[in-house]
Amino acid sequence: MLKLVVCIKQVPMVSELPWDPATGTIQRDLAEGMMNPACRSALDAALRIKEAAGGEITAITMGPPMAEEILREAIALGADRGVLLTDRKMAGADTSVTSHTLARAIEKACPGFDLILCGFSTIDSETAQVGPQLAEELDIPGVAYVNELEISGRTVRMQRFTDNFLETLEMDLPGLVTVTTGRYAPRHVPLGGLQAAFAGADIVSLDAAAVGLDPERIGAKGSATKIRNVYSPTAGKKNIVLTGAPKRIVEQLFERFDDKIGGAIGRDLKTERK
Amino acid sequence: MTAKKRGIWVFGDYRNYFQNRVTLQLLSRAKELAVKINAEVCAVVFGYKTDEWKGDVLSYNPTFCGVVGEYIAHGADKVYLADHPRLAAYSMETYTLLMERLVKREKPEIILIGATAFGREFAPRVAKRLGTGLTADCIGLDINEEGLLVQMAPSFGGNLVAEIVTLERRPQMATVRPGTFQEIPHDYVRTGEVVKVPLPKTLPADRVRLVRSEHHPQREQKLEDAKVVVCGGRGLGSKKKFAKLFELAELLGGEVGATRPVVYADWADHDALVGQAGKHVRPQILFSFGISGAIQHTAACNDAKFIIAVNKNPNAAMMKRADVAIVADASQICTTLIQELKRRIR
Repeated sequence: MLKLVVCIKQVPMVSELPWDPATGTIQRDLAEGMMNPACRSALDAALRIKEAAGGEITAITMGPPMAEEILREAIALGADRGVLLTDRKMAGADTSVTSHTLARAIEKACPGFDLILCGFSTIDSETAQVGPQLAEELDIPGVAYVNELEISGRTVRMQRFTDNFLETLEMDLPGLVTVTTGRYAPRHVPLGGLQAAFAGADIVSLDAAAVGLDPERIGAKGSATKIRNVYSPTAGKKNIVLTGAPKRIVEQLFERFDDKIGGAIGRDLKTERK
Repeated sequence: MTAKKRGIWVFGDYRNYFQNRVTLQLLSRAKELAVKINAEVCAVVFGYKTDEWKGDVLSYNPTFCGVVGEYIAHGADKVYLADHPRLAAYSMETYTLLMERLVKREKPEIILIGATAFGREFAPRVAKRLGTGLTADCIGLDINEEGLLVQMAPSFGGNLVAEIVTLERRPQMATVRPGTFQEIPHDYVRTGEVVKVPLPKTLPADRVRLVRSEHHPQREQKLEDAKVVVCGGRGLGSKKKFAKLFELAELLGGEVGATRPVVYADWADHDALVGQAGKHVRPQILFSFGISGAIQHTAACNDAKFIIAVNKNPNAAMMKRADVAIVADASQICTTLIQELKRRIR
């Protein structure tokens, strides 16, 4: 039976982000969480494999205790079990450290896995780096930006469209794929799924010690990159407001912003044509 | 004898027009950064028959053939070149192995890689193997007073930018968003050094095999590359009023974009969708008509240099992030703009 691992992440719901208008930053603690869209596609790809060929799906996430919500959601959708990696020591990890943490946890909780599926990118930090680095950590082959995949025997056949090349690839198992949001659409939770998610759902919670992680090599402490400063690129804008009759507004536009508008189209708009 | 110069490396992806542009942009920025830390600019080229390369479709260069020549002409002081049949197709495993060996031997200070699909898969693997940090999809690079590479990385659809540094580990690595920097004009008189990189005696068999690859060159990129973009939302009121945008765009020499509700309402084709699931635009000037500014849309226009938004609602998100916010009926302003432009140009 195929052992499938799906890495998922809880991200703030972008449409509901609590913005602090003064600083242009997000009040993350107030944000509603949801499963990252590409992670949902990865889960959907795993569910299709399970439906077609059988298999067992483990959903794994690293995050604060509330990230357990998305493991329940994954189980409701058809995953068999969930693994929650949660520990304050894991916080502030960059992608390299995150992949290290995930790799050791996967070896611990899902030994003998066949295929790992990740979303190609998350909508919060948007690095797209954890999947490829996880493959490196585990020394298994990996393919990113997969649109479609199919398993036969010990081989995965995949299709992707990257950098203007439409590619068909084959990979030996065990391996890793990162899945795009194109082909695999999020599905609705079936009624039976809700019961599975809450009545005796198989979810284990692991901290750094339980995984056997070196505290020096995880979290912000183990990360090679440091964030020095965060700012909102739009916060410094002047935001000039124009009101009044349409004709007057348009005249003002041409008079005051000719360098921008005329500049972009290579014409002088200040002066009317005689 | 002077110490060996520190290196700023640029991975030289030359496969087609778009990738090659990114390489040239990075070489240009690397040259500026190199002055600040007294480094040399090196391009790293892996491929096959790279000397027969004759430029890409749009910048055919008859005077100097080959990838090496192209990159020296665009600012590289040195080119590391591995040219071998095994490298004809971009293989993640082989390329990572070669890069790891080369970096361990030459110890560059900085490696820059274009944030193309390949680059964003290749760079994380190389960084992991070298045990160093990597920042994704940077929209700015600089050297700070400590001599560190400051890597500006967008998150939350460009609503936030984080300045990231790699303190101790080396090299400092970043992938860089295409279009972030301007390439410098070529100088085919420039000379540079070429260092041939041999393949290891035995290469492990690839665990990922390319079965088929079809090149689909130069998909239409009109909207993405347009200097002027005129974008419309449901606030315009009707399909007929939306259609006026095409007249305005033509007068401005620009392209028309649309929001998701407009595409759903069939006022515009899906090709015109500007948003996270559609196209990212980066015009010098963006006109935004009747758009409230859902983050999925604004994330795709954050790179616009100057935004003029029109909306009856002064509190719409798009109005708040505009350089000029016009509180008025979007359709009326569109019509008036057309009239006034006709009076002023032609």
